[in-house]
Amino acid sequence: MMRFLLLFSRQGKLRLQKWFTPLGEREKKKIVRDMTMMVLPRPPRSCNFLLWRDLKIVYKRYASLYFCCGLEPQDNELLALEVLHRYVELLDKYFGNVCELDIIFNFEKAYFILDEFLMGGEVQETSKLSVAKSMEESDLLQETMEEYMSKPTF
Amino acid sequence: MSDVVEKTLTALPSLLSLDTQSGAGKLSATSKLGNLIRSLTELTSKHEEEKLIKKELAAIKEQVSSPNTPLRQMKEIMVRAVYCEMLGYEASFSYIHAIKLAQQGSVLEKRVGYLAVSLFLNESHDLLLLLVNTVLKDLQSTNLIEVCMALTVVSQIFPKDMIPAVLPLVEDKLTHSKEIIRRKAVLALYKFYLIAPNQVQHIHDKFRKALCDKDPGVMTASLHIYLQMIKENPDGFKELTGSFVTILRQVVGGKLPVDFNYHSVPAPWLQIQLLRMLAFLGKEDQSTSEMMYEVLDESLRRAEINHNITYAILYECVKTIYTIHPKSELLEKAAKCVGKFVLSPKINLKYLGLKALTYVVQQDPNLALQHQMTIIECLDHPDSIIKRETLELLYRITNGQNVAVIVERMLDFLRLGKGEHTTIDLVGKVAELAEKYAPDNGWFIQTMNTVFFLGGDMMQPEIPNNFLRLLAEGFDNADENRQLRLYAVDSYLSLLQTDASSLPQRFLQVISWVLGEFSFLKTGLEPTVVLVHFGRLLEQDRITTETKIWILSAMCKLCRGEACMEEAAQRYSSSLSTTLRQQALELHTLSQNEGLRASVLPRDASWDELEMDSSLSFLDGFVSDALAQGAAPYKPPHQRQEELSQEKVLNFEPYGLLLPVSLSAGSLTDRQSPTGLSLSSGLSGNSADLPHKGGSNTLKLEGVRRVWGKEGYLLEKEAEVETAVVVPSPLESSRQQDDAERAPLDAPALGPTAEYEQVKQQLASSLFVGLGPQNEPCLMGKSDAPLQRFRRKNKAQELPVDTRKKLTDTYSSHNTVDSLLDKDLLDSLSSPQGEGQTRPQDTPLHSDLKDTLKSQAVDRLSRVEGESELLGGDMELEPFSEQSHRQAEPLGLGLMSRLPLELCELGHSQILNLSSDHTLSLSVCKVYREDALVLVIFICNTSSSPVDEISVQLSSEELKVLDGLDGALPALESHGMETFRCSMVMETPLVQSSVSGTVTYHACAGLAHELQFSLGLTLVDFIRPLLLSTEDYGKLWLAFNHDVKQNLQLLADQEDSLSATLNTLTEKLQLHLVDIIGMEGIVACQLLPGRPCLLHCHAHTGSLAVWLRSPVPDLPDCLLYHCQKALRER
Repeated sequence: MMRFLLLFSRQGKLRLQKWFTPLGEREKKKIVRDMTMMVLPRPPRSCNFLLWRDLKIVYKRYASLYFCCGLEPQDNELLALEVLHRYVELLDKYFGNVCELDIIFNFEKAYFILDEFLMGGEVQETSKLSVAKSMEESDLLQETMEEYMSKPTF
Repeated sequence: MSDVVEKTLTALPSLLSLDTQSGAGKLSATSKLGNLIRSLTELTSKHEEEKLIKKELAAIKEQVSSPNTPLRQMKEIMVRAVYCEMLGYEASFSYIHAIKLAQQGSVLEKRVGYLAVSLFLNESHDLLLLLVNTVLKDLQSTNLIEVCMALTVVSQIFPKDMIPAVLPLVEDKLTHSKEIIRRKAVLALYKFYLIAPNQVQHIHDKFRKALCDKDPGVMTASLHIYLQMIKENPDGFKELTGSFVTILRQVVGGKLPVDFNYHSVPAPWLQIQLLRMLAFLGKEDQSTSEMMYEVLDESLRRAEINHNITYAILYECVKTIYTIHPKSELLEKAAKCVGKFVLSPKINLKYLGLKALTYVVQQDPNLALQHQMTIIECLDHPDSIIKRETLELLYRITNGQNVAVIVERMLDFLRLGKGEHTTIDLVGKVAELAEKYAPDNGWFIQTMNTVFFLGGDMMQPEIPNNFLRLLAEGFDNADENRQLRLYAVDSYLSLLQTDASSLPQRFLQVISWVLGEFSFLKTGLEPTVVLVHFGRLLEQDRITTETKIWILSAMCKLCRGEACMEEAAQRYSSSLSTTLRQQALELHTLSQNEGLRASVLPRDASWDELEMDSSLSFLDGFVSDALAQGAAPYKPPHQRQEELSQEKVLNFEPYGLLLPVSLSAGSLTDRQSPTGLSLSSGLSGNSADLPHKGGSNTLKLEGVRRVWGKEGYLLEKEAEVETAVVVPSPLESSRQQDDAERAPLDAPALGPTAEYEQVKQQLASSLFVGLGPQNEPCLMGKSDAPLQRFRRKNKAQELPVDTRKKLTDTYSSHNTVDSLLDKDLLDSLSSPQGEGQTRPQDTPLHSDLKDTLKSQAVDRLSRVEGESELLGGDMELEPFSEQSHRQAEPLGLGLMSRLPLELCELGHSQILNLSSDHTLSLSVCKVYREDALVLVIFICNTSSSPVDEISVQLSSEELKVLDGLDGALPALESHGMETFRCSMVMETPLVQSSVSGTVTYHACAGLAHELQFSLGLTLVDFIRPLLLSTEDYGKLWLAFNHDVKQNLQLLADQEDSLSATLNTLTEKLQLHLVDIIGMEGIVACQLLPGRPCLLHCHAHTGSLAVWLRSPVPDLPDCLLYHCQKALRER
């Protein structure tokens, strides 16, 4: 089970955080700090896996953004790497050639996509189509709602 | 500005951008959030950012608290608040508004509201309670999206105590027509299962339905729950193996929709999930493993594309193959796979290859030999994570011959200082290796010094404790003992001569204890010299109080009434720490009285048995004198608390408020030491005197003795030094040459590169010495004697943490006394008048029990005489006995009469078959003694030839075995029968638990056989009635602070449904019905050993509200589960 997923920039700015087990604010801050300190200085082409306390850390850099997750000892690191990749693919499909700015400005959308993809730290939907579909459905709803909301003004 | 206009204005930008851009990208780039983000990026300092965010938060605060802000705008504000929180600024004022948004908004706003709630609030936040109603409403909504959102939020933040509120609705969703809802519901239940497994116990058959769902997504989701359940109890799900194998075969064969493909690999997540479950199911189970060989082979074959995801599957496959019962063909293929990983140029794969090697190396040490050159390269890899993993691998292949090189490498790594967790872990490993394989005294002490120095105050306290134990306990060879101790003394004295104050505290404690205990061994060393060192240490500021206590206690052992001692004693005799003060006073007294000191702290006797008077009877005179002079008698804390609560005259509440008193188990039983002081000082002074004497987990003394003094160590040292020699050094033994020849890179020694290769080869031969099959045959446990193999096998197949735990529980000594006792009993049984002749005295509880239960007697064992019927019948557990009855009919009746007489009297279960092979057949009877659960194991020799050297070992990870952990029998004749007994209690409450064991024996041909068994036990086996009066019940109720409330069903078909229900419960679960008053009933019971639990039941409108309280945290939860079960099964 994945314990947490963090997205942070090369400067160590947090872009997205998802915690799958209950933690206190202080503990969360400590983890974010430790992760950025561990991951950012690593040279390119080094191993994507790290150990932190009793957790396995799997991270991957996409352009200027680091995707980093904490796994339990029995989890498969390579698979987690693919989970990250699949998430990037989903973001890409949704935003169309996703970049860091998309995630900064639409971080709530990034959360929604993540919620469709992972649930309780486990992959919920492995089919790319379905996630895209359920996102589209709610977006469609959003559009009609916005039309509806703008109507009464006249 | 009117609301309407504002609404339009905020809607405008997003509508405009919708026209120009596809999808939702860049949607809010022009919104207020966009502005905020943009202005943040323009800032240059943290200070400016702080100012800006403060301003922003103030604006947000104003807007959210204005009643006129429309929900639509609220959504946008909430997103900004979330953003500010992500930057690390608190926006707690907006939490309540997030909940409001989720409550009142339409779908869109709701979604943002829920998101904000899940990001803002954690499980223990008070505001969560306000969310329950919203979630309930949304779960019942007809809008799919609302249901989805509710399920998501439930799985994200709902805490344990809020689950019952939503559970029925989530359960209903399992039959929803949309697969996405079903899938989310299953995952939400999975989350519940992780948080509170007891609460979802009753929906297991619905999980089964989800497993058979026609939608593969729902089925995949249900596997998460199954994986968890199988992990906890693999035996309960063996029958599903076939289905899982079929599913995996279909997935691998590409039978799923293409939708589920990931980079043209069919459903990799599902495959890996299944492989993991198969590993748990096939572990140590040959027949189950055989079912999966074929599909595993196919998985290996199919995963051939060069992509990460196929490697992920391969890796999991390899792990499964090495976990289940081995098959040589598969192992070969798996080994090839591991080779591919290790040799891969991709660093991730190399890392996993090393991990896989670590996993398999104990079963197949040759695999490590094949890759020794790669391993050497990895040892100097620039990436420290690779280095770390390599050390882990080396740790697994350490033996007496390569220990020095490996430990040196580990210490080098430790010196780099790679974080606390790594240090703690590695230091523990080094200490373990050093104790096990130390080649000589000097090396051992030096290594341990480095361990103490590097591990500092982070390391686990067992390390110094074990070390001191080893020194104190010694081993057979007195000369070796003396040398080791002397060496330690020497090395510590030289350490103290330098600046010792910078040493870690734990190290100083070890030093002071050893010097205090053993410095007399060094001839010509005046105690004064040591004392001066100690005195200097005491003056250092950095020394903690705890260390000072150790030093003072060491001084006690050395002093001869010197003046400096007097000074130290004086200085600390007014310390604020009571323990330190006491130690100082002891020093003061002992330093002046040589005779007293010699009797209290005899020289070189730290390991002699101390007689402990735990009841403190020597104080009796003192106490009676004090009482005679009118002192108040001692009352334990809980009694004082009760009396306090009684003094409050006006008590309107039926059971009062919860008092902040936690009743420890100890304070219930007997008198406590009035002076906690003397105990603690004794501990600090002689901490090597640990209570678990003889525990096999701590020291592998036989290991130490076996390798000490071997000349192998010397050879390696030489080999390492002579790195530049071209021809293999003549000093190297032939076995090392063998190893070197096996190395893949046998480079001719020419030029500098060749020389480098040579260095590596030398290192390889020193690292991998003793690994080949012809060397040290016993090392990997392949040809060990059966008893030893039992231990090693555990080690080979499990992670190291588990291993250590297992070893603690598994004792393999033979306890003949126990079996003799049983034999006597059996003899008296087999004589015709045996029964009833030697009835043991009824204990009070026993006889009380009979009185109260007389009315409910059910006759089950009428052939056993009078009194045992009552108890035996009553204590019978329905579900168990019925099950077992069917299985055990043919042999049960015969064996029952062989039950030891004193146990016949007590309630017991039917006889259950445990395990059997062609020679022995094992069965067990559970006897419910009032202080423990006694397992009587019957061993029948069903063959026609006698069997010798039977030994039984029992172990349980969760239960506490009081006695009879193991036993031995010299022989068992053909068709003979013997019994073993062991009694156990449940220290921490668990719904169910298990005990496993092994019987080893030698059949006629002298061959050793092993028969394994395991037996599931439930909480009910350990529940006994607690006899109380109503008044006592009221008092106790106040004192307990862990409670659980739940509604149970009443048995409706009866006249007086309350008493009928309560009687059913008391009968099935062995509770004691204290009283029934109107519509309320109070019931009490205890979990062995003596953990009380009280139930308060109140019947109203067809249901029974049960309120359980106990001083033990999980007991109410577990008991409640069994209450539910008992009522349902009725």
